[in-house]
Amino acid sequence: MTIHEDLTSGLAHESVPAGVAADGVRSRPAWGTVAIVLGVLALLVIVGLSLIRSQEGPVAVGATAPSFELTTFDGELLTLNQLEGRVVLVNFWASWCLPCEDEAAELEQAYREYGPQGVVFLGVNYVDTEPEAMAYLDKFDITYPNGPDLGTRIAQAFRIRGVPETFVIGRDGMITSVMKGPYPSLAAIEAALQTALTP
Amino acid sequence: MISLRRRWLGALLCVGFLLTAWVTGARAQGGGPTDDEVNRIAKGLYCPVCENVPLDVCPTQACIQWRALIHEKLAAGWSEQEIKDYFVDQYGDRVLATPPARGLNWLIYLLPPAAILAGAGVLVGVHRSWRRADSGPPTETVGASQDPYVKRMEAELLARRSGGADAGEEG
Amino acid sequence: MIANLGFLTIALTLLVALYGAVAAAYGAINKRPGLVESARRAMVLTFPLISLAAIAIITLLVSGQYQIGYVASVTSEAMPAYLKVTALWGGQEGSLVFWSWLMAGFATAASLRRWDRDREFLPWVIFVTMVTLAFFLSLVVFFENPFARLWQAADGGQLTAMFQPAGALPLTPADGRGLNPLLRHPGMIIHPPMLYLGFVSFVIPYAFAMAALVTGRSDDRWIRLTRRWTLIAWLFLSLGLILGGRWAYDVLGWGGYWGWDPVEIAAFMPWLTGTAFLHSVMVQEKRGMLKHWNMALIIMTYALVIFGTFLTRSGVLSSVHSFAQSAIGPMFFGFISVTFLVSLALLISRWRSFRGDNELHSFFSRESLFLLNNLLFMGILVVCFWGVIFPLISELVAGQKVTVGPAFYERATGPLWAGLLLLMGIAPLSAYGRSSARNLGRSLWKPAAFSLLVPLAALAAGLRLWSAIAGFWLIGLAVLVTLYEFWRGALARHRLHEESLPKALWNLAGRNRRRYGGYVIHLGVVVMAIGIIGIELFQSETQGTLAQGEQLTLGPYVMTYESLAEFNTPDDRQVARAVVSVYRDGRHVGDLYPRRDYYFLAEQPMTIPGVRSTLEDDFYVLLVGWEPIAAEGATFKVYRNPLVNFVWLGGLVFILGTAVAAWPAADSAAERRRLEASRAAMAGA
Repeated sequence: MTIHEDLTSGLAHESVPAGVAADGVRSRPAWGTVAIVLGVLALLVIVGLSLIRSQEGPVAVGATAPSFELTTFDGELLTLNQLEGRVVLVNFWASWCLPCEDEAAELEQAYREYGPQGVVFLGVNYVDTEPEAMAYLDKFDITYPNGPDLGTRIAQAFRIRGVPETFVIGRDGMITSVMKGPYPSLAAIEAALQTALTP
Repeated sequence: MISLRRRWLGALLCVGFLLTAWVTGARAQGGGPTDDEVNRIAKGLYCPVCENVPLDVCPTQACIQWRALIHEKLAAGWSEQEIKDYFVDQYGDRVLATPPARGLNWLIYLLPPAAILAGAGVLVGVHRSWRRADSGPPTETVGASQDPYVKRMEAELLARRSGGADAGEEG
Repeated sequence: MIANLGFLTIALTLLVALYGAVAAAYGAINKRPGLVESARRAMVLTFPLISLAAIAIITLLVSGQYQIGYVASVTSEAMPAYLKVTALWGGQEGSLVFWSWLMAGFATAASLRRWDRDREFLPWVIFVTMVTLAFFLSLVVFFENPFARLWQAADGGQLTAMFQPAGALPLTPADGRGLNPLLRHPGMIIHPPMLYLGFVSFVIPYAFAMAALVTGRSDDRWIRLTRRWTLIAWLFLSLGLILGGRWAYDVLGWGGYWGWDPVEIAAFMPWLTGTAFLHSVMVQEKRGMLKHWNMALIIMTYALVIFGTFLTRSGVLSSVHSFAQSAIGPMFFGFISVTFLVSLALLISRWRSFRGDNELHSFFSRESLFLLNNLLFMGILVVCFWGVIFPLISELVAGQKVTVGPAFYERATGPLWAGLLLLMGIAPLSAYGRSSARNLGRSLWKPAAFSLLVPLAALAAGLRLWSAIAGFWLIGLAVLVTLYEFWRGALARHRLHEESLPKALWNLAGRNRRRYGGYVIHLGVVVMAIGIIGIELFQSETQGTLAQGEQLTLGPYVMTYESLAEFNTPDDRQVARAVVSVYRDGRHVGDLYPRRDYYFLAEQPMTIPGVRSTLEDDFYVLLVGWEPIAAEGATFKVYRNPLVNFVWLGGLVFILGTAVAAWPAADSAAERRRLEASRAAMAGA
């Protein structure tokens, strides 16, 4: 320790930078340490924010439905804006999704019933392959428009957690109901549509 | 005019060829792209549905379909880049095993080297500030090992040999 | 009844832990040793209490009480009894209780020592360990309760709760869902306990570090006290990681052992800081330097341990997204943030009193090389951490999800690992203090020259991949230098004490356990590196569909598909087992039985490979699909993994090395006396 003291006492008469005590030791950490602490805080904030964002579930009832574009398997381009003023049912499905099959027939039935009343049914095919998707549509004889969710953009916009999920959008563009998982019955689909049709 | 004999030979050859092809090409996909070629491309992709599972090892039905899709595209003559672009179009950037180098993604490639360089810089700075200007000449020591215990023993050995010291028993 | 008692016991343990923490802090601040002693007793009490709770869970598991939600989720009638016991850590709730049990146990063990010299540390060690314990127990009590029962709600849905919710009826399923089939493997049985042992034991050095910060004890006492803990913690963590790799290799069916999955990386990061810490504390002990840095390292290790604990819940593959989306994710985030920031604030407030004797005389001194070692480890840590966090950031900022795959990690960390290998070859020859390049060069040139034989041999054997040649050369250098150290030391002893060389070696290691144990651990690392280079750079694979009797070729191996059998087993799974015969260079080397298990209850398939293992390589066969026997045939995926068994061997050498390094020196007092005597004798001569 003596050597250390000797050496540093030799420095004492030189100009001592701020924050450094007479014995040559800094009383507060160097700017480098401050930078690191700030970096850590920034990281915590970013992770915290993404945590909050992940904790949000799918787009909730009462929120404005996110706008999207869907190109159907037949090549037709549909956008949500075009459908303003109409009730829209958006159903996310996939051919490899077994629970989706539980509601497929009921959805088609509901379409045949409510389609003539002006309700739009849109099937969004989530992360699937075209041949298998077409086979699924044939199997359940689905006649309403379906299209692939390219780049999973629509799924990300609606923040879905899995398939199947269904969103019913009212005439004013607000979401009136959200169904996670398959509809338990035709009556449930009808109830959801009725809520949107009769404000 | 082709002689009858040649015609027969030709027919025989054709049949023989077909027979051989049928017997040896017992794979389900016939002469198309091999599973290995499919897997090579699938290795660079991740399952679009399951988290963090590479496409070549994913066992789910959906992944089997996707590998079949790759097989189909390869058979149709698509290149690896075209197939990967197709997957990105369909399923988004996260289907690639390495983030494409555009936009924000540059950050992932730049930050680690930058951080390591910064760390090296800190190290150099630390060296400079912790060195004393009047450090003496480096100690020249005999022998390679700097193990203090070994040095002590060697010093003892030296003392024994040179001084003839009967310095008792060592412990 | 048992469930209620168990829940009560856990709640009680939480209260006791909280009391212990508060009493310890209060007693320390207001100088009331009686209160501190009471806190210590409370800490010791938590262990038997939580043991009772753990026994309660195990009883419920083994006796098949499916009305308890946890039991229904991880056991089933068909499971054998021993597997039901291990289901304790088979799910989130149970593994949190298991972690807490380990924490209570280790805290008690840490307190069983003579505190005379370090009385001021005790209350803060109690505080830190009890706060950690209380956090995990509160998660159990409020969020993930293993004793919660199943209820049928009025609207037909199912929910779990401890006490009967309004309008709900008790529900007792006839059978449970069973343990995830992936977890029913011997490796999976020991891997979580080993990993948790590693995680939890790192809390003890952290607790002592915090104690040193709070009490202002700026010497290295806290390091000396926890030296053995750190070493053992490091060993458990290393073994946990290796066992996890072995499990992945045996059971997950993708021919490898490390996929750079975020879950794996989350468990790997505390190992990186822990290893850096192991090395840099040596500098503080020898030269009194790097005091701030060691504090920072142990603080980071603690934060990463808590982070890793959540992400690695019993090894079921999940991801960082599960951290975000689960109910307890925010709780973990909050706890990590608070403890990290508080520890940092404490370090900064004590900055001045922890100044070190910071003198670096040479770039080639051992201290400097340790600093380089730390830089490399931190570099690898930054790469890993950034790769895990970036997808979250990308999603947040750009709205675009990305996947960071193995290519990124391998390319970024490859050169850093090589640097560490190089250091393993150079640093043992360096000296503390003043050491010039010439000095080091003089010691180094002989082993370096000999080590060149390795790349020459590799080239002669036909190896052309430069990264492999460089890797093997560095390995050769590290091995030579390490063995050289042993040799010099043993030789000196042999000459001095006229001991036979083997005895000299034994006594050498015995007298200086940490150094030579450390060298053995380095040898273990190097052995593992041989395996890693082999499999990462030279793995080959092929896949094909074979009819019965057909063959598949991979390198020198030829595999023939013999037959396939399908049958059901008593523990509720359907097995399709193929028989393949393997020939190498024309000689029959064995039959393998790759199989595909399908677990009915869990609706989950598993591919178990058939593997032929030799030191040279593994021939690894997977059954990836099959048709009924008469038709197309079966699809096989075959890997050839050169040198992979060196990875597992290296693990065994680790254990040996740590045993040497950590073995208590029973005769240390007597040894000190003898050294004094011989030193006096030398001075006299």
